[in-house]
Amino acid sequence: MNEISASLGLAGELIAAGDARLAAIVGLSLRVSLTATLLSCVLGMPLGALLSVGRFPGRRTLIVLTNGFMGLPPVVVGLIVYLLLSRAGPLGSFGLLFTPAAMIVAQTVLITPIIAALTRQVIEDEWREYREQLRSLGARRVRVARTLLWNARFSLTTAALAGFGRAIAEVGAVMIVGGNIDGVTRVMTTTIALETSKGDLPLALALGAILIGVVLAINTGAYLFKQWAERRWG
Amino acid sequence: MKSIDKIRRHLIAATATAALLSAGAQAQERFITVASTTSTEQSGLFGHLLPAFEKAAGIKVRVVALGTGQALDLARRGDADVVFVHDKVAEEKFVADGWGIKRQEVMYNDFILVGPRADPAKAAGKDILEGLHKIEAAKAPFVSRGDKSGTHAAELRYWKAAGVDLDARKGPWYRDTGSGMGPALNTAASMNAYILADRGTWLNFKNRGELGIVVEGDTRLFNQYGVILVNPAKHAHVKQADGQKFIDWLVSPAGQKAIADYKIGGEQLFFPNATK
Repeated sequence: MNEISASLGLAGELIAAGDARLAAIVGLSLRVSLTATLLSCVLGMPLGALLSVGRFPGRRTLIVLTNGFMGLPPVVVGLIVYLLLSRAGPLGSFGLLFTPAAMIVAQTVLITPIIAALTRQVIEDEWREYREQLRSLGARRVRVARTLLWNARFSLTTAALAGFGRAIAEVGAVMIVGGNIDGVTRVMTTTIALETSKGDLPLALALGAILIGVVLAINTGAYLFKQWAERRWG
Repeated sequence: MKSIDKIRRHLIAATATAALLSAGAQAQERFITVASTTSTEQSGLFGHLLPAFEKAAGIKVRVVALGTGQALDLARRGDADVVFVHDKVAEEKFVADGWGIKRQEVMYNDFILVGPRADPAKAAGKDILEGLHKIEAAKAPFVSRGDKSGTHAAELRYWKAAGVDLDARKGPWYRDTGSGMGPALNTAASMNAYILADRGTWLNFKNRGELGIVVEGDTRLFNQYGVILVNPAKHAHVKQADGQKFIDWLVSPAGQKAIADYKIGGEQLFFPNATK
């Protein structure tokens, strides 16, 4: 218990000192995970919507796959992306391994199924509600999917936040494809793992507290924005 | 509705631009990738060494810290320009197989046997083989790295030299953790177990619990580090000139002095011994 309160104190000191290196690490964590979340929304939300309103062969298989892939082990995703981006791998010539771009790719792979599956659930509920209405208008499925996505935009923030939460919290994938290189690919979670390795548990825990604080701040911001937007446009 | 669309479009454009800009900035930076061991990273040596080289040569060094086996593997796939590790047998094989150009010795430190200060197995002394013997005889808990690292390879060699056939004698007392030096030390600290460690990581390790040094000073505990340039004939993109500059600097008087200067609590961690 003593150690935990000491770590919280240390976290406060680190924030108060405004350490530039710490700020850079937090910044990189946010940049990587927010970019991955954005990409995953662009890929996963239309996919989720099509899975709920579409009628095409393989749809049910895809639904099971997206649901199942919500539990993709980060270390396995890391390994696969590593093998693809490695110089000896098929995409090696781009030289992306051990860069933030590689980390974004890995996290995008990791969270797109989460966002797609949650979107599918939300849109399916919408679909049930507006089915007759949209049918009577004779709208095409793609058009329906777009309309429903737009209608459900506020509920979908939860899907995006779930994906973001998973991305910023994982360590297995970014450790492998990023390499935890100081000043280049070192993010919050890999720093925490490194400090734990060094046996500096108070510092590791303090960094963990800061990470949780950052995630809470993002969620608070998203919640307030959603409320404001709902009042304004809802 | 329109304005949200607008905001969104701006957001996407901004992110894409940021990504492009940062990619551009990275492309301009001159750097090499070095695959090295957790001991050099976690002991803090690189934090001390690299800024000096970067200042002298204007080349950034990106270190990926892994076990020696994994580091050599990474280099074999072409994902590093230089390897800086500590397992002479594996390094020489790496060069003989054509993956590396030439192995050069850089520095050494030593392994130590760490264990409970109360020393229940009575392993203390100056003889590593005798110490291991006693641990096995007492079936005292022992934590192994078990990750094909240089330290793991050394540990297996000592068991063999001590005449302990691990495959036959291994029991619940022998904990194969498959982890880096720091995590393995954390495990040993919480189990109050014996463990073979490199001195550098130990000196920089904070969560020691009841552990202390049990055996040190045996000449067999010598731990040599070598550096190898990855063969550009195998991987054309290897940054041969800049990688060679880093190697040349490490074995130069300036690099050797920088290594000798790294101390924790007044204690020197690595001893330069490059032979030109």
